[in-house]
Amino acid sequence: MAQARSRNSRLWLGFAEHATGIVASLLFLAPIVWTVLSAFKPAGEARLPPLPPWPTTGFSVENYATLNTFGDGLWLPAQNSLYVSVMTVVFSVIVGVLAGYGFSRFRFPFKDALFIVILSTIMIPFQSILTPIFLVLTKIGLHNTLTGLVCVYVTLQLPFSIFMMRNAFDAVPREIEEAARMDGANNVTMLLRVMLPLVWPGIVTIALFAFLGAWNEFLAALVLMTDQSKFTLPIMMTALQSGRFGAIDWGAVQAGVTVMMVPCLILFLLLQRFYIRGLMAGAVK
Amino acid sequence: MTTIATTSAPARRRKLVGAGRRQWIGLLYVAPAVALVTVFFIIPLGMTAWMSLHNWPLMGAHSFIGLDNYAAILRDNRFWNALRFTGYYTVIVTIAIFAVAFPLALFIERPRQLTGFYRTSFFMPAVVGFASASLLWSWLLNVDSGLFSPAAFQLGLTEKKVNLLATFQPAFWSIIAMVVWKVAGFTMIILMTGLQSIPPDLQEAAMIDGAGPFARFRAITLPLMRRTLALALILSVAGSVLAFDQFYIILRGGPRNQTLTAVYWIFNQSFVSFKLGYGAALSMILLVILVALSLVQLWLLRKPEGVD
Repeated sequence: MAQARSRNSRLWLGFAEHATGIVASLLFLAPIVWTVLSAFKPAGEARLPPLPPWPTTGFSVENYATLNTFGDGLWLPAQNSLYVSVMTVVFSVIVGVLAGYGFSRFRFPFKDALFIVILSTIMIPFQSILTPIFLVLTKIGLHNTLTGLVCVYVTLQLPFSIFMMRNAFDAVPREIEEAARMDGANNVTMLLRVMLPLVWPGIVTIALFAFLGAWNEFLAALVLMTDQSKFTLPIMMTALQSGRFGAIDWGAVQAGVTVMMVPCLILFLLLQRFYIRGLMAGAVK
Repeated sequence: MTTIATTSAPARRRKLVGAGRRQWIGLLYVAPAVALVTVFFIIPLGMTAWMSLHNWPLMGAHSFIGLDNYAAILRDNRFWNALRFTGYYTVIVTIAIFAVAFPLALFIERPRQLTGFYRTSFFMPAVVGFASASLLWSWLLNVDSGLFSPAAFQLGLTEKKVNLLATFQPAFWSIIAMVVWKVAGFTMIILMTGLQSIPPDLQEAAMIDGAGPFARFRAITLPLMRRTLALALILSVAGSVLAFDQFYIILRGGPRNQTLTAVYWIFNQSFVSFKLGYGAALSMILLVILVALSLVQLWLLRKPEGVD
């Protein structure tokens, strides 16, 4: 009798826990789902409050087409965003791997000082040095260019990239290197052929953070990209949402927000364990 | 060591020179990183300090004016209002984030069915950018085409559609709700790593000794999570002190400039009014605040002394 009751109450507790979990999950997912679904409404319906969130008068991609008619359209800013993000990934990985290898495997003058200086840039908010960055970019002829923005983003990612990669290289046993050196491998083949396959989880992690960081960054892009043809998606969408292109089309905003969110969500779902790894590495530091 | 000792003197020297040169190559590997940090961080940092001592318009010549910009800051009530608002926002949003993230962390820390799904759902908004999230919520909060006001009206909770963004209180709490939605999952994961590092036998021993869940939480969980809590706290505080995107995109600093944050004010001075020197002086103040926060962080995150 007593046993049956305790089993019963455990069952109820489990049920209550899962009910809480599902309601909470729905609360967190709702705004994302709401936007993605609403974006597929026809333009007339998208102007009305999203109740219910799904299209009731037929499925349509009209909002994406409308979005494409504002300013320089949807494609140009999407391409700009993609270009900036991919280049940030490529250069964060190259610079991060080289520096991580250098800091992990060599002894040279000022090594510790350089490492500390690079890591401590994380303490300084980049928001406070945007004006001089703008002037430096102008000086070297990179102002209002996507390349200039990439340089800034790679620099902002550096402390994390280098910290991650140095730890990754530190974890590779020295015996492996010594064996390869016996076989006549020089520094470059050592790095490319022997080390890279061993540190690739670290590379995926810094690539993921570089992509998300560059894709989502707002303030620097807002300040540094003054020419409309160089706008990234967040800047273009904010211009649209502020009414810069006339009356605000909320259907187009939903479509734009969907385009901005979906790549992040897909990358996260595919590479979740690398993301959590990066967070942990940062947290345990 | 022993192998070196047994080799002949010339061979040893050659080996050391070779090793020395090999070590120097390390400098080449780190050179690109050092160059980037120098050009896009160290130099701009020095320039901020230098510019803060100048009257520096966007066009035309700049002139040295000593500490005049800093003197002007002392009289700049709107900056102090922005700083006060930033502090108020930071306190409220940090409390709100922890109030949501801590229960979530306790909830997902215990393995059960569907934990993976719950964890992923709670975390999803964290990978969406602040700009995307702000644009999304600016739609949800819109009085005519949004979700909240029309839904409340249709459910009969309000007599007419209320514009949530028109007055300070509802606008401010809407931002808090949006930020908690976006950030709680992130804080939750950090807190979870702290919870998982607590040895389970410690909890069990306390349970056998008859400690209730609240007593266990106070005597074991909280003290052992000190470093994790400090990290989550500092990340939340630093992020909030630098808040900009959500206030720019959703509220444009309104209603009546009541939600201008420190970064927003610097942005306005530097890139709307183009008072670059004054903006640099304001930036120096922000920088000092953030570095002070980082030093507090280092102190809070120090390793426990002795055997702990």
